[in-house]
Amino acid sequence: MPRDFASKRSPRKGLLIDYDYCTGCHSCEVACKQEHDYPAGKGGIHLSEIITEKPDGTYRIDYIPFTTMYCDLCAGRTANGLQPACVKHCQAATMFYGDVADLAKIMEDKPHHVLLTPR
Amino acid sequence: MHEYEEDGYQVYKMGLWSPGPGCHGGCGAEVYLKDGKVVKVEGDEDHPYHQGRLCPRALALRQYIHHPDRLKYPMKRAGERGSGKWERISWDEALDTCEQKMRDIREKYGAESMVFGQGTGRDSGGPIIFLAYAYGSPNWTLFGLSGIACFTPRLAACTMVMGDMTFPDAAQFFPARYDDPDWKCPEVILSWARNLQGSQCADHYFSGHYVIDMMKRGAKLIVVDPYNGWEASRADLWLRLRPGTDGALAMGMIKVIIEEGLYDQDFVEKWTFGFDKLKDEVATQSLDEIAQITWVPVEKIVEAARMYAAAKPAQMRFGQPLDSNAEAVASIHALASLWALTGNIDNPGGNVISRPVKGVTVYPYSTVEVIQLYGQEFVDKMNEKRIGADKYPLVKNFRSWAMSDDVLEQMETGKPYPIKGLWCQTNNFLAGTAQDPRRHYEAVRKLDFNVVVDTFMTPTAQAIADIVQPAGAITEKDSAFTTGIPLNPIYKVAETEEARMDWEINFELAKRLNPQAVPWPNVRALFDQRLSVAGHSFDSLVEAGWALAPKGDPTCPYNRHEKGLLRPDGQPGFRTPSGKFEFYSQKFEEYGLNPLPHHVEPLESEISTPEIHKEYPLILCTGRRVGVMFHSEHRMIPWLREINPDPPVEIHPDTAAKYGIKDGDWVLLEGTYGKAKRKAKVTPLTHPEVVVAQHGWWIPEARYEGDGNPYKVWDININQLIPMGHNSKSGFGGALTKTMLCRISKVKEGEEVSYA
Ligand code: SF4
Ligand code: SF4
Repeated sequence: MPRDFASKRSPRKGLLIDYDYCTGCHSCEVACKQEHDYPAGKGGIHLSEIITEKPDGTYRIDYIPFTTMYCDLCAGRTANGLQPACVKHCQAATMFYGDVADLAKIMEDKPHHVLLTPR
Repeated sequence: MHEYEEDGYQVYKMGLWSPGPGCHGGCGAEVYLKDGKVVKVEGDEDHPYHQGRLCPRALALRQYIHHPDRLKYPMKRAGERGSGKWERISWDEALDTCEQKMRDIREKYGAESMVFGQGTGRDSGGPIIFLAYAYGSPNWTLFGLSGIACFTPRLAACTMVMGDMTFPDAAQFFPARYDDPDWKCPEVILSWARNLQGSQCADHYFSGHYVIDMMKRGAKLIVVDPYNGWEASRADLWLRLRPGTDGALAMGMIKVIIEEGLYDQDFVEKWTFGFDKLKDEVATQSLDEIAQITWVPVEKIVEAARMYAAAKPAQMRFGQPLDSNAEAVASIHALASLWALTGNIDNPGGNVISRPVKGVTVYPYSTVEVIQLYGQEFVDKMNEKRIGADKYPLVKNFRSWAMSDDVLEQMETGKPYPIKGLWCQTNNFLAGTAQDPRRHYEAVRKLDFNVVVDTFMTPTAQAIADIVQPAGAITEKDSAFTTGIPLNPIYKVAETEEARMDWEINFELAKRLNPQAVPWPNVRALFDQRLSVAGHSFDSLVEAGWALAPKGDPTCPYNRHEKGLLRPDGQPGFRTPSGKFEFYSQKFEEYGLNPLPHHVEPLESEISTPEIHKEYPLILCTGRRVGVMFHSEHRMIPWLREINPDPPVEIHPDTAAKYGIKDGDWVLLEGTYGKAKRKAKVTPLTHPEVVVAQHGWWIPEARYEGDGNPYKVWDININQLIPMGHNSKSGFGGALTKTMLCRISKVKEGEEVSYA
């Protein structure tokens, strides 16, 4: 698979995550390793678990998948019109790939999103 | 097209199941091969089940298939049992030995003296029953699991009280899924003792993320769970019950729904039996008492009952902890009664009756189907010797397992007849399946002949096997996924050394032991016959990719009780003696069980054993699932193990502080039956009085050299705190995996478990 780390494409692309629905399933992490042949300990995306107390004393669990320096936004796949490996396999279908401007528009309508621009 | 070429890869579309991902999913996948080797797995976007999504275990498949520790050849032991010494042998020698030893046992003691044990119910169950019956033994069982307390109790209870099992309706029966015009999104999902994060499938059946699909479409969530998991954290209403009190809580909700007149009068009148008896029963109970038993405040019980009853439609998903309730079928009966009271049975968006697509099973499990295949006479003969058949009429008449608790006892006592051998296939009982693994270890090591068939050298194989046979992984076998929706083909596209698919091993051995029992020329011919009821051959199913039953078929919803599609006589109604959903179960009555739903207190608890509770103040909930591992599998897969590296026990910060425990400390858990070590994970998500432990742990990288502690199981196996022999009165259910009492302390310096 060709991997185009250097290209500066315009407009910039990114990953949008609606973390209301991310269940912390880890499919994004493993999909990335499989796609790029990364060994354990290395990957394009890393999941963080954030536990916060709610006003009623119970806890809310959030997961934020964070792209690392090894994320190339699946250049090889997206050049062929495919979704990035993480986005396609996300079990909650809660990751989105696209132009940053379009993704930001989605954020205007609904809270609890993060937008990642790894490159 | 099930097969195509892309960029120098050969790509095959198939259903995934086991061995490999493990699980009960049946996801559609595209398996990529290069030079005959599996190099990648992608979700299949054309498959209706999950539309291209996949779980981490499936995505890590190539690390499973090409793992250096895969069993590659048959082996026999080259020292004492458990010495860790093995010698490679040919398949001929392996099968010759099995044939000869099993013939010896059959001649000397009778075929019933050989037990056939499976692990969790995947397609390997089929070839195991097939081999047991061909050989002539009635004793196939889920070896080690007390009360066969995983799904079977739910299946049995529902079959008794309403003739069928239901599943939440996530439009899984229709190719267009959520876009099908007949489907409705539920207003409320009542998620009872389920763990979406742990079941970790993209989609339906035993799984999880379909809940997300419906939350996005507006469904609200009521969650019943002692643990503050992800679903509880997103719930509109969360009931934090005491483990093991599900039946009591459901009775409380039933009381509110009946006494406030919130039930569906039309459905109750037309389609249910025994309503007045149920009404009288709940009239004797007080919500205050139920609140005390369950730890759930009265207001929340009332709020949940009103919210569930008001939602049109509402659906319930219910999980394995129900099977661990002391009298499991009684609790399950209570939960199912909630569907019936609110008319949420076989309605769009409710709990729909789930039967295999077109009734296909690759091999029969149910007593009814076994009779169809072998005849009543054969089944009667089997029941004469089947372990537990006399004791548990429900088991005998529903699904003819030999009962696990009684099998163990008979191995020890030799009464009423001796057990001499164990065929153990895809069951790692020493690390995962069995409660009281030490008793199992001692009992099985005394048998004359033990065979293990598996994909890796497990602690079980090391400790007990005389012969080990390598099973083929998911891409190395022919099979079909028939236990869920849709019907999927699984077919062989690759090989690993000499590993053989489980069907082929058992087919060959069955032919040697009893040629008449094997009328098919090969395994595919057997599949052709089984699939013919769906209008498919094996090849045509592979070509089709998947199959669903069309609308109007008895295996496709909705409202089949109104249309006469459920009963063998073609009359409207359900497959029960009264033809209705039975709040008062005539089958339970016939089998000597309480016909009404009810709660039974766990063996040990603050209520049943207050003295023990003083000394052992914590409740141990084990069997905690984590999505990157399935039961005792996947501990050796690098991409998965790094996500879940240590055998944990979760403990609340206040409790941890009380006992001087810090996150990451090795701790000792002690109960009245035994003890185990775990690594403390301090988290506010668990209840201060409940500690939560994953099951199935062993340390594959701890190389085994015959010291009697294969892969550290005796250090970390949590089931050492849980006894056998306390299964429910019905036979099914009651494994004490959620309710044993324990205490916790930091292990002394130098006594931590090291993996080196
Ligand atoms: S976009 Fe591709 S490279 Fe980046 S995290 Fe996702 S799978 Fe990895
Ligand atoms: S695959 Fe999706 S749901 Fe799973 S952890 Fe990643 S973002 Fe979350």
